[in-house]
Amino acid sequence: MSNQNAIQTGNEGSFLDAGRNYIARVKGGETGSLPALLGLVILATIFAVANPIFLKPINFANLLTQTATVTTLAMGLTFVLLLGEIDLSAGVTAGLSAAFLAITMSEYGVAWPIAAVIAISMGMLIGFLIGLLVAKVGIPSFVVTLAAFLAFQGLQLVVVGKGGLIGIDAPPILAIMNTPMQLAFGWILLAIVFLSYLGTSIYSRRQRTSSGQQNKPLGILIFRSVAILVVGAGFVSFLNLERGANPAVTSLRGVPYVVPIVLILLAVGTFVLNRTKFGRHVYAVGGNAEAARRAGIQVSRVRITVFMISSTFAGIAGILMASRQASVDAAAGRSIVLNAIAAAVVGGVSLFGGRGRLSDAVIGGFVIAVIDNGLGLIGLASGLNLAITGGVLLLAATADAITSRKSRTS
Amino acid sequence: MSSDTPVIELKSVKKSFGPVEVLKDVNFSVRAGEVTALVGDNGAGKSTLIKGLAGIQPYDAGTILFEGKPVELHSPRQSADLGIDVVYQDLALCDNLDIVHNMFLGREEANAGVLDEGHMESEAANTLTSLSVKTVKSVRQKVARLSGGQRQTVAIARAVLWNNKVVILDEPTAALGVAQTEQVLQLVRRLADAGKAVIIISHNLQDVFTVADRIYVLYLGKMTAAVKKSETNQADVVGYITGAKTQEVGA
Ligand SMILES: Nc1ncnc2c1ncn2[C@@H]1O[C@H](COP(=O)(O)OP(=O)(O)OP(=O)(O)O)[C@@H](O)[C@H]1O
Ligand SMILES: [Mg+2]
Repeated sequence: MSNQNAIQTGNEGSFLDAGRNYIARVKGGETGSLPALLGLVILATIFAVANPIFLKPINFANLLTQTATVTTLAMGLTFVLLLGEIDLSAGVTAGLSAAFLAITMSEYGVAWPIAAVIAISMGMLIGFLIGLLVAKVGIPSFVVTLAAFLAFQGLQLVVVGKGGLIGIDAPPILAIMNTPMQLAFGWILLAIVFLSYLGTSIYSRRQRTSSGQQNKPLGILIFRSVAILVVGAGFVSFLNLERGANPAVTSLRGVPYVVPIVLILLAVGTFVLNRTKFGRHVYAVGGNAEAARRAGIQVSRVRITVFMISSTFAGIAGILMASRQASVDAAAGRSIVLNAIAAAVVGGVSLFGGRGRLSDAVIGGFVIAVIDNGLGLIGLASGLNLAITGGVLLLAATADAITSRKSRTS
Repeated sequence: MSSDTPVIELKSVKKSFGPVEVLKDVNFSVRAGEVTALVGDNGAGKSTLIKGLAGIQPYDAGTILFEGKPVELHSPRQSADLGIDVVYQDLALCDNLDIVHNMFLGREEANAGVLDEGHMESEAANTLTSLSVKTVKSVRQKVARLSGGQRQTVAIARAVLWNNKVVILDEPTAALGVAQTEQVLQLVRRLADAGKAVIIISHNLQDVFTVADRIYVLYLGKMTAAVKKSETNQADVVGYITGAKTQEVGA
């Protein structure tokens, strides 16, 4: 029924037309995370050639757990970056949450689920306070979160004690980063991901058909379904290979528990950004806050909420961090926020607001982790990986600035 | 065409900024189905008059009648609730969003919390079609990729979508070329023909004479002329604008 309207929806045409449109959009500067994906492939190829260990299952599993904390932080930060704001305190918020998790369990004997809820809620509260100072008082977020970055380091020192270290021994918390799931769970996870994709796609196609709207060509749905199955199956079977150093003693195989956790955060966050009014308002405020205000959107509420989301993700990242290290020290989380910001920007999230997705942050997180991991395997001096990460970030930020300028002046 | 009661009638509204009187006992009325032009030199008080109607900057004194009944306009919400919509000169669109998103901004439709994109998309397309918009190819284009005239079109279509009774346009053609100006003026005309009361601010008398039914002239905060287009000419209007000529609009 689309010919009823002379005006198109961009869904017209065949599978090939859709491909051509995509290429045209990329050429027009809407590259999304494509450069990061290409970079990832190039880097992985270089490292695989330079050192075969890079491609071993053990290294791949390591990579996943290495990125998980930074990626989670980066996904939360993406909400803040979408408004053109910044949150420098996310890392130390994660550290503080980790410290609260450890202390409530070890010193007050709190059960791990409650301790985890406390840690995450504390993150949320911190975000609320930061958001209030930014949105209501009008202090630039750079300053508020820099102040929090400094203050929380001090607080952390007080909580943990100088040079102190609090151990984590709750098995479920430790399992997140250190124990793989049973082999079958990896396949079940893939089935869930695939069926959710298929389900939501078919649902929205039905909805469009019932309101007489043109659907995207079916070929796209099939293409994506096959891609998910192929990539997912490769991923699961690779992680299900034996990777233990001494399999006869302890077998180590399966998808790490942190993978479904990150996937759930990614799915829920993406749903919120793409399919809800709140998500739409985040993009609107990031694109043109004045237009959003005139359209009746409560801009300060959106601001406060994104800082709460960022800090809540930081709280979750804190738990991942504690799980990986099996302990929390006084400096926990201090250095990771910059990596997380770099991950988001490298993945394609704009620093100018209004452009970016959570999946960009995940891909960017991989790039950062692969650089770190690969250069480590090659055995380059450790200063060099910082320099290279910095260079990659600068490259991504340059692309971002050029794209943003193009769309402002066109 | 026009019924007897104006949609909006302002009686002796005043507005001062400190000691500066910007609006001095201004009377103004707009009718459904008509394009009312508001002209005047820079600083005459046109934008100030409009901001009062938009609820952004309330008047200090005077009466506002909406469809014959006195109303208060102290916030943008109140204006919006009455069906008064302003298309600002800077348009206030989100470049990073597409046409549908912009047209529904702040009033998105959702089913159980999930955005109903299909429905919004067809409403947006229908509105553009009903305005005979031919320059916009796809409703899913990002606004950043649109020309000035297309952006203006989206901003106006947004006002139409919400079934507003009064649409106020602040210099809608100021930044446009000849062809696009022509298209936007046609759109303005169609709005009035669809029964809306349209107020247009413009410095371009040619545009004003093309599209308006009635012309109001502000001169240093006073309404010095209110004439039907059919009963005046450009030379007279220039006279009113520069203060060389007055037609007392009082009672
Ligand atoms: N917020 C304000 N504070 C003080 N003075 C103001 C304010 N807004 C407007 N004015 C003054 O009121 C007068 C009328 O301004 P207004 O913007 O209404 O003029 P205008 O007719 O829209 O002019 P233009 O054609 O240049 O847009 C000007 O002298 C202006 O300096
Ligand atoms: Mg003005």
